[in-house]
Amino acid sequence: MLELGQVTAGYGHFTALWDVSLRVAEGEAVAVVGPNGAGKTTLLRVISGLIVPRSGHIAFEGAALAGHPAHDIVTHGIAHVPEGRRLFPGLTVADNLKMGAFVPSARARYRERLERVYTLFPVLAERQKQRAGSMSGGEQQMLAIGRALMSCPKIILLDEPSLGLAPVMVLRVFDLIRRVREEGYTILVVEQNVRQVLKLVDRAYLLEVGRIKMEGRAAELAEQDFVRKAYMGV
Amino acid sequence: MRRGRLLAWAVLLLFLVAPFVPMGGMQQYVLHVAIQIFIWSFIGQAWSLMGRFGLVSLGHGAFLGVGAYTTTLLWNFYSLTPWIGALLAVAAAVGIAVVLGIPCFRFRVIGHYFALVTLAVGEVIRLLIVAERDWTGGSLGASLKTAGTASGLWTLQFADKRVFYYASLVLFLAGLWVWDRVDRSMARPALEAIGEDETAAASVGIRVTRFKLGITVVSAALTALGGVLYAQYMSYVNPDTLSGIGVSLKIVFAVVLGGMYSLMGPLVGTALTTALAEALRIAFGLRFLGMADTIYGLLLIIFIIFLPAGIYGSLREAIRRRAAGSKPSPA
Amino acid sequence: MDPIFLVEAAINGILLGGVLALLALGLNLIFGVLDIVWIAYVDLVMLCMYAIYFFNVSFGWPIWAAGIVSLALGAFLGIAVHVLIISPILTSAPINQLLATGGLLFFLQSAATFLWTTDHKTVRLSLPSYEIAGIFLPATRIIPFAISILAVIALYVFLTRTYIGTAIRAVSQDREAMSLMGASPQRIYLVTSAVGGLMAGLAGALLIFQYSVHPFFGGQFGPLTFMICVLGGLGNMVGAFIASFIMSEIISIGGVVITTEMGYVIAFVIFIVMMFVRPGGILAKRE
Repeated sequence: MLELGQVTAGYGHFTALWDVSLRVAEGEAVAVVGPNGAGKTTLLRVISGLIVPRSGHIAFEGAALAGHPAHDIVTHGIAHVPEGRRLFPGLTVADNLKMGAFVPSARARYRERLERVYTLFPVLAERQKQRAGSMSGGEQQMLAIGRALMSCPKIILLDEPSLGLAPVMVLRVFDLIRRVREEGYTILVVEQNVRQVLKLVDRAYLLEVGRIKMEGRAAELAEQDFVRKAYMGV
Repeated sequence: MRRGRLLAWAVLLLFLVAPFVPMGGMQQYVLHVAIQIFIWSFIGQAWSLMGRFGLVSLGHGAFLGVGAYTTTLLWNFYSLTPWIGALLAVAAAVGIAVVLGIPCFRFRVIGHYFALVTLAVGEVIRLLIVAERDWTGGSLGASLKTAGTASGLWTLQFADKRVFYYASLVLFLAGLWVWDRVDRSMARPALEAIGEDETAAASVGIRVTRFKLGITVVSAALTALGGVLYAQYMSYVNPDTLSGIGVSLKIVFAVVLGGMYSLMGPLVGTALTTALAEALRIAFGLRFLGMADTIYGLLLIIFIIFLPAGIYGSLREAIRRRAAGSKPSPA
Repeated sequence: MDPIFLVEAAINGILLGGVLALLALGLNLIFGVLDIVWIAYVDLVMLCMYAIYFFNVSFGWPIWAAGIVSLALGAFLGIAVHVLIISPILTSAPINQLLATGGLLFFLQSAATFLWTTDHKTVRLSLPSYEIAGIFLPATRIIPFAISILAVIALYVFLTRTYIGTAIRAVSQDREAMSLMGASPQRIYLVTSAVGGLMAGLAGALLIFQYSVHPFFGGQFGPLTFMICVLGGLGNMVGAFIASFIMSEIISIGGVVITTEMGYVIAFVIFIVMMFVRPGGILAKRE
C-alpha cells in the first residue's frame, strides 16, 4: 500500500534520512523504532508531505506522492498524527475533530464520521465542548488520533504516541491504537517505547542515524535482542 | 582591494574640493543638493544601524523631530546655543529610546510588533508637536530666529553655504566611522546572532536587552544630530517634514534602495532618491504633487520583493561573485 | 465644566469605539493568520472612502449602493494586496514584510495626493439628531455604531460557527497542523485577506458618515489602530475589541476636557505606561 524507495531527506544542509526504503501492506501495523535523533519524525514528515525529499520515491496505492504538498497528500488517504499531537489549543474537542474532516470527501460525511469517533472514544463525546488545550496528555492523544480518523484515512501515521505520557496512560494509548487497528486501519507508528510497540505491530524497522539497520516480524524478533540493539545501537 | 581604497580617497578628495570648483550660477544649487544628500545619508546610516540587525523602526521621525525641534525652540526662546541645544536634543532622543526600548526588549517585542510600536511613537511625536502649537508653531512649522550679527560657529548659523557643506560632509564621514566601528566591534556578531535567533543568543550568554538597547541609543542619538544640523541649515522646522510616518518611511526607503547591509548603501540610496526628486521637480514643477512619493512607494515595494539587498548591495554581490568565479582557486 | 459634557463625551466615545473596533479586528484577523501586519490597512479604508465619495457625489448613486461598492472594493483590495504583495514575501524576513506594506502605505497616500489632491472630500448626509436628557446624539454617530456592532457579532459567528471560520482560527493557532488536515494555506490566506479587506470596506462606509476623506486619512486613524492592536495584544481579538473602547473613551473625554490633540497624546501616554505594565497587551497573562 505504502512504499518508500531510497528516500533521502533533511533540513537545509543537514541530511536526516539516507536511502530509506520501507513498505507497509494494506491492513498491516508496522513500527519504526530507533534511538533519539534517528530521523523517525523526519520519516513521517516526508511521507505526509511536510518535507520534500531530496531523492527517492514515495508511492501510495500506486500513486507517486513525493514532492506533493501536505494538504494534497491527505486527500489520498494518509493521515498524520504529528509529534506532540499538535492539537488546536483554543478550539474545543468538537471543533478539533471537525477540522480533521476538512478534506471535501470527508467534510460531506463529517457528522457520520463524528458519530463513529465518539463511539470509538466515548471520553471525547463527554468532553465535546472542552478546550483542547486544557485536556490531559492521554486525552489529547486520544483526540489527536480521533482527529486523524475524521478524514476517512486509509493509513494512519503515528509519531511517538507515548511521548510525555505517564506509564499508565501509555498502556491506555496503545490500547486505543489496537482498537483503531481492529477497525481495519493500516498503521505506521514511530516509537521509542520498543517493548510496548512490538506487542502491537506485525513488523518493525530499526532506524538509526537516518538509515534502516534492521527489519523483521515482531513475533520472531527476540525482544531482548531488538531492545538492546534499539537502545544501544548496532 | 587597494584599487577600492584609492578610489575612496579620490572620491573624498573630490568632495573636499568641490565647493571651490567654479560652477557659475549653479554652485548654490549644487551645494544645496549635496548638503541634503550628506545629511539624509547620515540619518539613513543611523537608521541602518538598527535595520541591518532586524530592528525595524518605522518611527525614526520621532528622533529626527525631537532633535530638530529641541535646538530650534531652545534657541528661539532662550537664545541657547545650538551646541548645548544639540546635547539636550540627543539626551531627549536617547531618553525616548530608552523609555521605549526597555519594555520592548525585555519583553521580547520584536518584528512586526516592534515596528508597530515605533510607528505609533513617531506619529505621536508629530501629534505632540502639532498639539503644542502655541510654542511649536503647529503644522505651520517654526522658523529659526536669525542670529544676525552673531552668526557663526557658536550659533551654528552661516550665511555661506559652503560651511554647511563641510559640516554636513564631516557629519556624514563621522557616521561612516561609527558604522565601521560597530561593524568591527564585538557588538556586531552579537547583534547578528540576536537578529537570527534571540533565544539561542540569550542561551549562550549574550545580554540581549543590553545590546539591543545600546544600538537603539546610538541610532537615536545620531538621528537626532542629523535633525539638529538639518534644522540649522534650513532655518525652518515643520512636523510633517521632520516627524511622522512620511519622513520615517522616506528614510527607510532610501536605505533599502541603496542597500542597508553595506557601508555606502545609504549614500547611494539617498543620492538616487534625491536625484529622482529633483528631476521630477524640474520636469513637473509643483504640478504633479505627490508623484515623486508615489514612485518611491512603488519602487520600495518592487525592490523589497525583487531586490532586497538594494541596488548597491546587489551590485556588490554580483561583482564579488564574478571576481570569485574568474580567480583561480588557491591550490 | 457641566457634567453633561462629560457624559456626552463618554457616550460619543462608545459610539466611536465601535467603528475603531472594526479597524482593529480586521488588522488582527490578518495578523493572526498570516503573521504579517498590514501597515497600509487604514489606507485601504481611505481608498474605499474615496470610492463612496465618487459613486455617491460624482455619479449620484444612493448612499447605500455606494456602501456596497465600498464593501466589494474592500474585499477586492484585500485579495489584490495578498496576491501581489504579500504572497511573494511570505517567507521573507520580517523587515522585508514590514517594508513592503510600508511601501504600500507610502504609495497609496502619495497616489491619492497626486490623483485627488489634498482637498478633504465630504459626503453630505442629512440625518436627524436626537436629544435625550440634554445630550445630543446625531444619527451620523448612532447608525455607524449600530452597524459596527452587528458586524462584530457577524464576525464572531463567522469565526466560531462556520466551517471556514473555524478553519481560519485553527490556522492562526497552528498553521502546519491545519495543512495536515488538508487545508491549503494559500486558500485560507486568501479568504482571510478578503474578509479583512471586507471589514476595511465596511469601516470606510461607516467612517464616511462623520469624517471627510483625504490622502492622509491613514495618518489620522492608522497609528490609533496600531496602538489599539498593541494595547489589546497583537493578534488578540477580544483584547482589540476592549482596547478600542478604552482608547476611544480616552480620546473622547480627553478631547472635551483639554483639546482634541491632547486627547490623542494622553491616549499615547497611557499606551506607553501599558507597555511597561503589560507588554503583551491588557489581556495577556503575566509572564
